Amino acid sequence: MNKEFNRRDFLKTGGIAVAGGILLPSMLTGCFSGPGATSPLSYQLNDYLNHFGVTQKMIMDVIAEGLSRGGDYCDLYFQHNISNTVALEDNMVNRAFSNVSFGVGIRVISGEQTGYSFTEDITLNSMKSAARTAANIASSSAHMKVMPLAEKQLPNYYKINTPWEEVSINDKIPFLQYTNDKVFSLNPAIVKTNVSFSDQTSYILFANSKGIIACDYQPMSSLNTSCVAEKNGQREQNGFGSSGRNDVSFFDQANLDRIAKEAVESTMILFEAVAPRAGEMPVVLAAGSSGILLHEAIGHGMEADFNRRNESIFSDKIGKKVAESFVSIVDDGTTLNNRGAINMDDEGNDVKQTYMVEDGILTSYLHDRISAKHYGVEPTGNGRRESFRHMPLPRMRNTYMLNGPHKREEIIESVKYGIFAESFTNGQVRIGPGDFTFYVKQGYLIENGRMTRPIKDVNIIGNGPRVLQDIVMVADDIEMSEGGWTCGKGGQGVPASMGQPTVKVSKITVGGVNA
Amino acid sequence: MNNKERMELAQWASNFAIKKGATESAIAISRSRSVQVEVREQKLETIRESTENSLSLQIYRNNKYSGHSTNNLNKRQLETFISEAVEATQYLSPDEDRVLPDPSLYPVDMSKDLKLVDPGHANVTPEFRVQTSMETEQLLRQGHPDILSATARFNDNTGEGVRVHSNGFAGEWASTFFGTSASVSIMDAGARPLGSFWAGQRFLKNLPGSDEVAKRALEITIKQLGQEKIASGRYTMILDNRIAAGLLSRLFQPMSARNIQQKNSFLDGMLGKSIGSEHLTIIDNPLIVGGMASRHFDNEGIASQKRTLIEKGVLNSYLIDNYYGRKLGMTPNGGSTSNILMAYGNRNQKQIIKAQNKAILVTSFNGGNANSTTGDFSFGISGQLIENGRIVKAVNEMNISGNFKNLWNQLIETGNDPYPYSSAQTPTLVFSGVDFSGL
Repeated sequence: MNKEFNRRDFLKTGGIAVAGGILLPSMLTGCFSGPGATSPLSYQLNDYLNHFGVTQKMIMDVIAEGLSRGGDYCDLYFQHNISNTVALEDNMVNRAFSNVSFGVGIRVISGEQTGYSFTEDITLNSMKSAARTAANIASSSAHMKVMPLAEKQLPNYYKINTPWEEVSINDKIPFLQYTNDKVFSLNPAIVKTNVSFSDQTSYILFANSKGIIACDYQPMSSLNTSCVAEKNGQREQNGFGSSGRNDVSFFDQANLDRIAKEAVESTMILFEAVAPRAGEMPVVLAAGSSGILLHEAIGHGMEADFNRRNESIFSDKIGKKVAESFVSIVDDGTTLNNRGAINMDDEGNDVKQTYMVEDGILTSYLHDRISAKHYGVEPTGNGRRESFRHMPLPRMRNTYMLNGPHKREEIIESVKYGIFAESFTNGQVRIGPGDFTFYVKQGYLIENGRMTRPIKDVNIIGNGPRVLQDIVMVADDIEMSEGGWTCGKGGQGVPASMGQPTVKVSKITVGGVNA
Repeated sequence: MNNKERMELAQWASNFAIKKGATESAIAISRSRSVQVEVREQKLETIRESTENSLSLQIYRNNKYSGHSTNNLNKRQLETFISEAVEATQYLSPDEDRVLPDPSLYPVDMSKDLKLVDPGHANVTPEFRVQTSMETEQLLRQGHPDILSATARFNDNTGEGVRVHSNGFAGEWASTFFGTSASVSIMDAGARPLGSFWAGQRFLKNLPGSDEVAKRALEITIKQLGQEKIASGRYTMILDNRIAAGLLSRLFQPMSARNIQQKNSFLDGMLGKSIGSEHLTIIDNPLIVGGMASRHFDNEGIASQKRTLIEKGVLNSYLIDNYYGRKLGMTPNGGSTSNILMAYGNRNQKQIIKAQNKAILVTSFNGGNANSTTGDFSFGISGQLIENGRIVKAVNEMNISGNFKNLWNQLIETGNDPYPYSSAQTPTLVFSGVDFSGL
């Protein structure tokens, strides 16, 4: 095949000759009033109003109902979400899944108290009934005025050319088959491969009692590959995935080749892996997904709901020096096409690049509307929710550390015995004590300044503020993770991403074996 | 909509799918309603009410398979939804094992009342939910002088639904659920340990009262004061009954037929062989009257049956769903677990602690993971150090690591104290020689 990627040729490799099979997207026009032939990418506010079958007058009536018991703020979050998955196993694309959900969430705030309800039936009566339920959080005779609605224009941090609704199942099947064939061609030790491809589209219409009305179209896609290999009676499994707010053009041959190669290499290396010693040691974090350190060690603890309740270990540390002056850590909703990019947050606020740590000083919490009011600051655009069924909470978006003054090579050379952590599966934190963990799927031992034997399956545990102090070197090679990270909090999952340059932590506890 | 109307809609949907070209179809329709309240500082912090509908649909079209779900139950719109689902399915690869379960696997008699609904649920008022949480929060605040934050929650759910398969299965269910929880955070020389206690039950009368919930949350938090990591080493591990289910669930993953068939399990080939010590007996019983996870049939319509999954360390059964059962040539017995029971020992946690010279009581997991292909695991933990039969220090920021092939053989005792507020009634578990990493 040519180096220059030819989509037509590529589709043929799938061996699927049929055309036109569409997995559910015409639900849009089939089920809900929509603008017909117009591409959803060019939908205007009126198209969204039509799509959800509502008018601005209806929205204002529902908001007024929400404020009828004396609440001081009300918002409506309409969402139509369509997700599709096609998957391959045992060399066959033999399963597909889809989900459609549709509804509106209604929130009323009174001081720091929240009433929340939602309905899956978008009619004036159902919405008013839900608004009355949410209104019950307040009990005051005060009456907040409902502001007339004015459209808020949004930036676009996920420009795509083709909406996922226009991509048929037949266009996706070849991605899976190609990736599968590639994986098997790369190493004869591979005995099983699973490939799955998911896309998701969310139509969002937001309005609140402050007079904001805005609409957003949020795409997402991911391709995940996992494989099992056998060697001398031993089996190992690992994989690789790529996810972001991308369109179908992202999944070109070069990217599929890369995903397949990463999946195979990350599996095969596990056969050589040894267990590190148990205990404290220097840890070098590879550029990219190791931003999970920031997500767990500081990100969650900086979410302002934990701080306004005095529960976080960072509750009394704003303005204090928490790290070396070459350490700056941001949470950013504007990084193009990353999973955590959002054009506005889920309570209608602008999205920003928010410095949590700037030149070693703890600078800002991550706020939602309630906490911003509590602290008397501008919202940072971190109010996010899983869906219309959930109320917003302060949540991270894309969290990363800025480049520092060191070089990757000098960082590795500086370690006598420690580990180099390269890929990760999950992490967690206890907000109050600040102890956080992340699970290293694969990495290397560093012995006498050189990366030597591979390691696998070790958990790392540390304390947030102490680890920040122990960041002793930061390289200049920042990378963002392309993994399909979903962050969980309060029973809600939201897409997020993270990134980091190569970083050295002088000591942290590594799970391992005792001599 | 009630279950009778849901059943009619499901029958219609199943027939409609067949009419559109499906060879077989399975439809499940359900509704769940829940209310959650949260109280802080004697104020209602949040109230959330929700009612969710769901229709899920599995299409089998000449051995091609797809699954779909929607929350829109409008019949006209479902026509489009089902038509498109059937249409899309034809482009997938045929797979001879993609068929509905054989009707012989469906339940014959579902007349026994498993008592999954508390008739008293109708009497639960908004005032009761708030009052209960107010009481708990008040008790939390009175429990310690250095409290930073205290939160109490109450939630209740009702759910009902039906399942219809085109090859002759029709079943319905209904359930209630109540949950109560408390969290408290206490100032402790820079750290702010937060402890939570949570309990769930099907019947309101079985839920612990505000005093017990507050007392347990306070105990859990106070025991964390002064916590720090200690020296790495091999210690006896006592695993608290509240969290033992978390470790057990990691053993169910490699027991699933899918992981066996996909060569993703260290238990492949171990059926009938020993995978743990004689103290390891695990029973899955979906037919317990009033049980938190009781049911007459599972999410494939397969009849519930009591299974001894592991007996005295010997692996008796995998968790076999229909599709992977067919792939493996094994009779499906249900791919998921329900109420989990174990063989219980003779001592409670206090008596076990008293008998230890040196051990670590693990009361909380913090992240970590397990590899079902190889059995390797590594988890963050916190808990208490035990010396000479007494708790001497709170520990945290440590990992346990090893391989399940060894760990379950290191199980040397189970307590007589199954945790009552969860579907997994795990007792305190004691393991010898576990690798802890700390300093």
